[in-house]
Amino acid sequence: MANRDFPLIFERSKTGRTGYSLPELDVPDIDLEAELPKSYIRTESPDLPEISELDLMRHYTALSNRNYGVDSGFYPLGSCTMKYNPKINEDVARMDGFSHIHPNQPESSVQGAMEMMYDLQTALSEITGMDEVSLQSAAGAQGEWTALMMIRAFHEANGDFHRTKVIVPDSAHGTNPASATVAGFESVTVKSNDKGLVDLEDLKRVVGSDTAALMLTNPNTLGLFETEIEAMAQIVHEAGGKLYYDGANLNAIMGYARPGDMGFDAVHLNLHKTFTGPHGGGGPGSGPVGVTEELKPFLPKPILEKRGAAYRFNHDLPQSIGRVKPYYGNFGIYLRAYTYIRTMGAEGLKKASEYAVINANYLMRQLQEEYDLPFDQHCKHEFVLSGRRQKRLGVRTLDIAKRLLDYGYHPPTIYFPLNVEEALMMEPTETEAKETLDGFIEAMKQIATEARDEPELVQEAPHETIVKRMDETTAARKPILRYEK
Amino acid sequence: MEFRYLPMTEEDKQAMLASIGVKDSEELFSDIPSNVRLNRPMDLKKPANEVDLKKELAQLANKNANLKQYTSFLGAGVYDHFIPSVVDHVISRSEFYTAYTPYQPEISQGELQAIFEFQTMICELTGMDVANSSMYDGGTALAEAVNLSAAQTKRKKILVSTAVHPQYRMVIETYAKGPNLEIVYIDTKEGKTDVEQLKTALDEETASVVIQYPNFLGQLEPMEEVQQLLENQKKTMLITSSNPLALGYLTPPAAFGADIVVGDTQVFGIPAQFGGPHCGYFATTKKLMRKVPGRLVGQTTDEDGVRGFVLTLQAREQHIRRDKATSNICSNQALNALASAVAMSSIGKHGLKKMAALNMKKARYAMKKLEESGLSTVHNGAFFNEFIIQLDKPVAEINEQLLKKGIIGGYDLAKDYPDMNGHMLIAVTENRSMKEINQFVKELRDIHG
Ligand SMILES: Cc1ncc(COP(=O)(O)O)c(C=O)c1O
Repeated sequence: MANRDFPLIFERSKTGRTGYSLPELDVPDIDLEAELPKSYIRTESPDLPEISELDLMRHYTALSNRNYGVDSGFYPLGSCTMKYNPKINEDVARMDGFSHIHPNQPESSVQGAMEMMYDLQTALSEITGMDEVSLQSAAGAQGEWTALMMIRAFHEANGDFHRTKVIVPDSAHGTNPASATVAGFESVTVKSNDKGLVDLEDLKRVVGSDTAALMLTNPNTLGLFETEIEAMAQIVHEAGGKLYYDGANLNAIMGYARPGDMGFDAVHLNLHKTFTGPHGGGGPGSGPVGVTEELKPFLPKPILEKRGAAYRFNHDLPQSIGRVKPYYGNFGIYLRAYTYIRTMGAEGLKKASEYAVINANYLMRQLQEEYDLPFDQHCKHEFVLSGRRQKRLGVRTLDIAKRLLDYGYHPPTIYFPLNVEEALMMEPTETEAKETLDGFIEAMKQIATEARDEPELVQEAPHETIVKRMDETTAARKPILRYEK
Repeated sequence: MEFRYLPMTEEDKQAMLASIGVKDSEELFSDIPSNVRLNRPMDLKKPANEVDLKKELAQLANKNANLKQYTSFLGAGVYDHFIPSVVDHVISRSEFYTAYTPYQPEISQGELQAIFEFQTMICELTGMDVANSSMYDGGTALAEAVNLSAAQTKRKKILVSTAVHPQYRMVIETYAKGPNLEIVYIDTKEGKTDVEQLKTALDEETASVVIQYPNFLGQLEPMEEVQQLLENQKKTMLITSSNPLALGYLTPPAAFGADIVVGDTQVFGIPAQFGGPHCGYFATTKKLMRKVPGRLVGQTTDEDGVRGFVLTLQAREQHIRRDKATSNICSNQALNALASAVAMSSIGKHGLKKMAALNMKKARYAMKKLEESGLSTVHNGAFFNEFIIQLDKPVAEINEQLLKKGIIGGYDLAKDYPDMNGHMLIAVTENRSMKEINQFVKELRDIHG
């Protein structure tokens, strides 16, 4: 450990210190060594830290101070919907009757939890226009895979075993093709046209009798609404394929349009985006899946049903793809999403989408003078700029992102989507005030000026953070993935 | 209606629309074809204020029998353990819970370091070289391990013990459909994986053997024998699913030659919360380091030589590799990994051993008391904190009766094992007092007759 290195918890540890307070041994003591064959008894204890409670709190408090969340400041990370995480949600999720219940308790003893889940399922069906929703999937990627597995089961149930291909746009998120692979499909790319939308001619070219599904997000990852969605649905459906909706971008259209009405057969939602589940530094999320009547028999089991006044889990689903997760999914995240939906109602959710779109368009128009806007049209909840003008000055998008850190902002998503050179993908969300956006616009313009006048300032950024740029090459070449004494 | 999360005033709105150059927000939505527009308000419950909503949801919560009010002997993969108060205080810091994945290391050192520490703790517990930053849960971690073993060995056959958590097995089956794997089940004998049957099934086609240790029925598997069997099939991988608390006392799977060790860290600082979110862990050998699914945090230095942490070996992951990625996982369970790291730090090296021992001692006391009261236990092999008793009535029926007495009874094994009618899997954690155990034994005996 060098002088300026921040200590690891292991380096704060000292033999003999205690941070725990365990229940007593109030039953007669026994000799465990006599109870177990010797080969099962560990010879060396795992080297966990030994630290007092105060020092533990100081360690983690200091770590939190070395981190940045939505409560710290503006976080316009495109495709991630970094909106405010309401505090009532956290309180509700921590109620004993929700946080301390076991998934295998008798169903009669968890009817309140099941009622909430059922109500959430119903609300998500209405918001997406789908016939049935399963909450079970753990995150967006798992939702994608779950829905693809259902589509596969649907085709197979029709005796159709030759639909081996899933079509994904070149602008798609990486999880789309990866989920297709995990579900046993081959992915085929469909190109975008010069308007940033799926190229219908190319779609016609790649679609065929081997098409299992087209995966699409609408608005797409450029933040543009796929206006030809009905034609696309027709092309895919006529070929016998299904239409899958990646719901990561639902924040743009709540109350305005629904994937179900656009012709989608299956959708996943990210409760940790649109519905305020906190990102938690990378998770946990929740990725419910909604489907049409036709795909319903294939939903993962169990499904939650209401019979009279009682809720029950139905495990008897002969055509189900099976379980995708133990128990019933990430229940704690459902509570947050449910509390949010109940807080907003139909009116509030629609306003959220309206304001998310206004904020994004405002930001885009304010920035387009200094940064290239490859697709000059109204955007939805997010938009993508290109840093190619700055690149010609020797300043890369990565540099711009790092310079934003000096101004106290979390940078936008960079180098995604892949079909835009030096991409800067921005999603302000509806929970940001105009003053916040104006401050950010000011900083972005300032950086554009710096890129022209003193490029090193940007190229060498960040200057103000607790650490400088990291040597990622060495990290990957000679990986150190754990602490060793 | 006012919405406290929406700061846009009418004045802001007009100014912004003017600057965009549109007359109203409708214009911004004009690209949505009218055919697909929703021309009615969504049919949802009315917006609720904070006071009423909290009241309503508290009532809903109170409809559930919770583990704080009831005495629970239910485990089967999810346990009622001591959660140090510090855990919730740490994970409630919004710099942690409102952050995204740490893609910008300069402002994410806190999260990155906490996860690096978590990875280290998992390596310590399992004895493995490398651990990732988390998986969704123990079940999907196991399924990903299975798929990895098939990809790595280029074989399709997987031998899975029926003493693996039944729901984990179901998840394996679903994941196995993608790469078309063949799952072959190995039965149990006296509550443990039948080594003879395993020996017969094991061959050149076998990608991996999947064992839970301690197993779902509570028993410790014959790990040494399994290890010996695999000596003859060097390419076949050994995958174990392990309760990490048990590893505070038990020999780690690495010592028995495991290639991949997975499980769930719910036992460390994560409430049961109806089954999720929990936190899967995934640990393996150096050899498989570049095949690990999910995010990995690595140590490096910044331009000034100061130690720091970054997400690393990202070439494995979906955002770089797309359809060639080793897994599709993106978001994981970072906040729960943090919770578990805090709990493990708090419990510490000696606390961990003590906590594991408390579980074993209290479970043995409960077993003895039940036997003394005339109830029969089923297996007599070594176990951690769970064991089975056999009853003359359906377990579901007995559990409904116990509930009335303020007790959440054990797991009904008949649900998953057709030959186990009346078999109840009982978990006893450090949280159960002698008094509670005695009460449970008394009530159970009264109900059972
Ligand atoms: C467009 C899109 N699809 C899918 C995902 C995957 O979601 P998750 O991280 O919840 O698995 C993301 C998240 O980054 C996304 O932006």
